[in-house]
Amino acid sequence: MSIQATSSIDPSGLHPQRAPAIIRMRDVYKIYGKGPTEVRALDGVNLTIRAGEFVAVMGPSGSGKSSSLNLLGCLDVLTAGEYWFHGINVATLSRDELALLRLKFMGFVFQSYNLLPRTSAVANVELPLVYEGMSRRQRREMARAALRIVGLEHRENATPNQLSGGQQQRVAIARALVTSPPVLLADEPTGNLDTQTAEEIMNQFVSLRSQRNITIVMVTHEPEIAAWADRVLYFVDGKIEADGPPAEVLK
Amino acid sequence: MNPLDTLLMASQAIARNKMRSFLTMLGVIIGVGSVIAMVHLAQSATRSVTDQISSIGSNLLFVSPSFSVRGAGGVRRPAPAFDMNDVEAMRREIPGVTIAPTASQTATVIHGSINDEINIEGTTNEYFSVRNHPVVRGREFDENELLGGAAVCILGQTVVDEMYEHQEPLGSLLRIDRTACRVIGVLEKKGLSGGQDPDHIILMPIKSVQRRLAGSLDVRTIYVSALQDGTSSRVKGDIESLLRQRRRIKSPMDDDFRVRDTQDILDALAETTATMSLLLGGIAAVSLLVGGIGIMNIMLVSVTERTREIGIRLAIGARSRDVLTQFLVESIVLATFGGVLGVALGLGGTWLMTSQFGMPFVMSVGVLLLGFGFAICIGVIFGILPARKAARLNPIDALRHE
Repeated sequence: MSIQATSSIDPSGLHPQRAPAIIRMRDVYKIYGKGPTEVRALDGVNLTIRAGEFVAVMGPSGSGKSSSLNLLGCLDVLTAGEYWFHGINVATLSRDELALLRLKFMGFVFQSYNLLPRTSAVANVELPLVYEGMSRRQRREMARAALRIVGLEHRENATPNQLSGGQQQRVAIARALVTSPPVLLADEPTGNLDTQTAEEIMNQFVSLRSQRNITIVMVTHEPEIAAWADRVLYFVDGKIEADGPPAEVLK
Repeated sequence: MNPLDTLLMASQAIARNKMRSFLTMLGVIIGVGSVIAMVHLAQSATRSVTDQISSIGSNLLFVSPSFSVRGAGGVRRPAPAFDMNDVEAMRREIPGVTIAPTASQTATVIHGSINDEINIEGTTNEYFSVRNHPVVRGREFDENELLGGAAVCILGQTVVDEMYEHQEPLGSLLRIDRTACRVIGVLEKKGLSGGQDPDHIILMPIKSVQRRLAGSLDVRTIYVSALQDGTSSRVKGDIESLLRQRRRIKSPMDDDFRVRDTQDILDALAETTATMSLLLGGIAAVSLLVGGIGIMNIMLVSVTERTREIGIRLAIGARSRDVLTQFLVESIVLATFGGVLGVALGLGGTWLMTSQFGMPFVMSVGVLLLGFGFAICIGVIFGILPARKAARLNPIDALRHE
């Protein structure tokens, strides 16, 4: 596969099996509705992700891949089971503690970018730091540094509608990175982008992983994109059907 | 989040939708504006009447029968009027005063093709000095006219302006009800103040009004002016005991008449205007409430509209209370802005009204602060519900919202 060929990362070298587990899920269920109409979005998921891994989550729609990402990102609460993040039992945290966890430990990238409209790129990137209560000058500096990482420092005053899809997604990545979180969660980050731009974004992910040792969990339905990861989880009907290196799972 | 950032964020959100923000504020603007204008106008009206009454002087007493007394069997009825014998007795018994009895009657007055309902006061020549309302052209009543109840009259300036335009009133005939009256004088212009026009009046000899218009010998209000300053309370006591005696009121019973000096009238007036201020203020407060509901409505719409934005903020680490403050501060800023504009509108309206009606412009800082404070309270009270709605959103539901 051509895209796969451009990946120069050797997963085994970067991720010794001894790296600490940053995410652990045990017997996790996510059930919507009750009684006969209930839907089991996650049906007994067991999962360990180690620091520095780049994991792609795949599966047909409705298989639970997005639900698992929402649970991992503490955007949603699980129905049953245990979720340990960094050794913390997430189920015991309050709403505000979850918010703090998202603020300091997680960065989100969405399919639809989810930038604030009519707000400049740099202001969008700054937003998490505003909630951290950082001073105006310091956060502007950090936001610019984050924009530099994604190569958009020259467009800091542009509003989302003045940016292309790929640029918007890079601003979103800069926003996710600005608090230097250990984990980056991406929900179909290339879903709205053309192949070439998607490739740029994936290169970005790979370099983030190698330079900053960021753990990346990415939901995608495109095998070409999943191939960039060093581990692929394949969901079917709320269960993990396959778990292994892309070459193995994608067959 | 630091407070300045919160304020800035709210202001930006408001600035993004200028027209809508303005319309939202309009309720508060009108509410605060009307509270301020109403209360100020009531105060201004009080002030102008107060000024007018003070200009009459403190030596003037008004003697009049009570509107309502408890009669036989507990039925309430008006107290009997005075008559000229009472007036004669007062003149005899009470030294050092000038007394002007009046009998008043509203009548249709016709001159040429113009007719109007005008208050006709029957009185004596003492009236001019007691009420400080002298004749500027023509003459006062003469002895024969007073005794005989002649058909002569003296006109207030407004009546002259209205009935005669550019014609000469003196010597002309004016029809008052069925009586043709000769105009013998014109009163000095007192000027409009406090809503009532003291120049919209026609004076006739008291006997003429009693016989020709009222058809009774009743005397209504008797004006008594103490000639020396500081004697009015003694004079008041003298009048009361004289009238109690003449009207055969035994000691435990209440007077069936009232002797009021200007201070009493001022007090009564203050009470009336206080009630009026309260009433007007109450009506205005209702409109402020409506303004608040307007804010709540728009903020609720805004929360729904910006659900996705809220979701983004929650996802990147905003706490519930950050979202709560954001929306609360937004409604407070809206209301405060509305308050500022409302204060300006209220003051402008007051100034316009007072200058139109020749009333004094009264500005009370207390009322301004009250109106402004009200606006902020409205922002808080009506902002809480939408802000809580926003803060309670589930991050994932908010993010999925289309």
